[in-house]
Amino acid sequence: MEGNIFQYDFIIKSLLGAIFASITAGLAGTYIVSRRMVFLSGGITHASFGGIGIGYFAGFNPVIGAAVFGILSALGVEYLSVRHKIREDSAIGILWAFGMATGIIFIWLTPGYSPNLMGYLFGSILTVTSADIIALGVMSLILILYFSTFYRTILYISFDEAFARTYSPHVDIFKYVTTSLVALTIVLNIRMAGVILVLSLLTIPPNIAMQFTRVYSRIIYLSILSGFIGTASGYIISYFAGIPVGATIIFTLVVLWILVKLVIAALKKTKKFE
Amino acid sequence: MAYLVEMHSVSVSYDNNIVLDKVDFKVNEYDYIGVIGPNGGGKTTLLKVILGLKKPSAGTIVFDHDILNGSRIGYLPQISTGDVSYPVTVQDVILSGLMIRKKIISRMSVSDRKRASSVIGELGLSGLENASLSELSGGQLQRVFLGRAIIGDPRLLLLDEPGNFVDSTFENDFYEKLKELNKRMAILMVSHDIGIISSHVKSFACVNKGLHYHPSSEITNEQLLAYGCPIQLITHGEVPHTVLKSHS
Repeated sequence: MEGNIFQYDFIIKSLLGAIFASITAGLAGTYIVSRRMVFLSGGITHASFGGIGIGYFAGFNPVIGAAVFGILSALGVEYLSVRHKIREDSAIGILWAFGMATGIIFIWLTPGYSPNLMGYLFGSILTVTSADIIALGVMSLILILYFSTFYRTILYISFDEAFARTYSPHVDIFKYVTTSLVALTIVLNIRMAGVILVLSLLTIPPNIAMQFTRVYSRIIYLSILSGFIGTASGYIISYFAGIPVGATIIFTLVVLWILVKLVIAALKKTKKFE
Repeated sequence: MAYLVEMHSVSVSYDNNIVLDKVDFKVNEYDYIGVIGPNGGGKTTLLKVILGLKKPSAGTIVFDHDILNGSRIGYLPQISTGDVSYPVTVQDVILSGLMIRKKIISRMSVSDRKRASSVIGELGLSGLENASLSELSGGQLQRVFLGRAIIGDPRLLLLDEPGNFVDSTFENDFYEKLKELNKRMAILMVSHDIGIISSHVKSFACVNKGLHYHPSSEITNEQLLAYGCPIQLITHGEVPHTVLKSHS
């Protein structure tokens, strides 16, 4: 019976994790994919690994270290690109490697072996705590509120920033806030999918969704749905096959993306598909 | 006639580089002014000053109080500013022209959507409401951005190089449309193509650091030489044509 209780707990945790990961990744992912910020998001992800390393070394929660690193690097790149002071892609590349280097150095300096390290790199539901799930749940709520309240503002700023400046003095503040929320989303999902794979959790679902629709709000809904299908079936497959969960989720999502592409191409061939 | 914008001795500079120097300029209701001048002469800066995107370093600008309160200026930027592959529909782009009247928390009402459909109809885009921009032709795209500029029913419409992305098939349609719009609003159009716009505008403003206003749409060679504008002579006939001065 004890085993069953453990299993029940595990299933609830996985299910909630899948739901919250899909919601946060679907919202943040639609934003970064449509605004062509995928590379920047990769930079944020890897920069945050530096925070994880410092967290280990100094003995505080690595997620907090990752959040600080992630948000600071996101704001830094946005700020510098607004000022046109740097070549953005080079800055991201430097940040990317710097974060990883910092993380590795501090983890190396930390006495003893860190069993959770692999979890941060590749994701693991086994190491996900209830606190992680609650944090993701709160993040889902924040993102839903933020995107539903400022839907048009966000949509129009990322579509045509120069035009948005003609009517709004708040363009920069919205960019900073949204990018910070994206950074937080990435950091909180690292526990699920790992530093190396989390970016795909954000980018694949919107790319599946955009094959069905070009309406922004529908892309968000479909991203959340396809993200959930990918995450949930990833969990199930990884559980029964005994393979790492982060990799399984991404693998499932890519297979889903290819399937959708093939089916739509076939439908287009046979009849005029809307 | 009531003025919409009145600039008194306005100067603008970027990093100590004077772009506009003591410009006096007035836009009246139902004006249709072509803004011409060499590249870097300050044409776009003039629009930015009117839009409030660039603060003058000296001088004053007085707006008609209707424009100031309702911000009733429509703006058609050069096309390069919007990402055409962005997942956004024709209706949503046109609706964004109403954002200037909205608070930070903005929803589009039923009457906003009705306005959008009437603009869509007026510009011949019916049936494309939910199309994404990447599905449109160059001419359709241009009309979508024009729709965004006019949905707020502006009293002054600013156009920045509309000829840059005009699809030649739609060029005549586009200028016809502007002529119709000019019955309800003043138009200020930046262009480097004097030949084309001279047959449409009512008057010219020649911008090259300074601004010189020509109350008619004909410009003589002497006027052009005096102001350091591109050296072209424009005449009007059944078919507008330009005569280039011989080069040294």
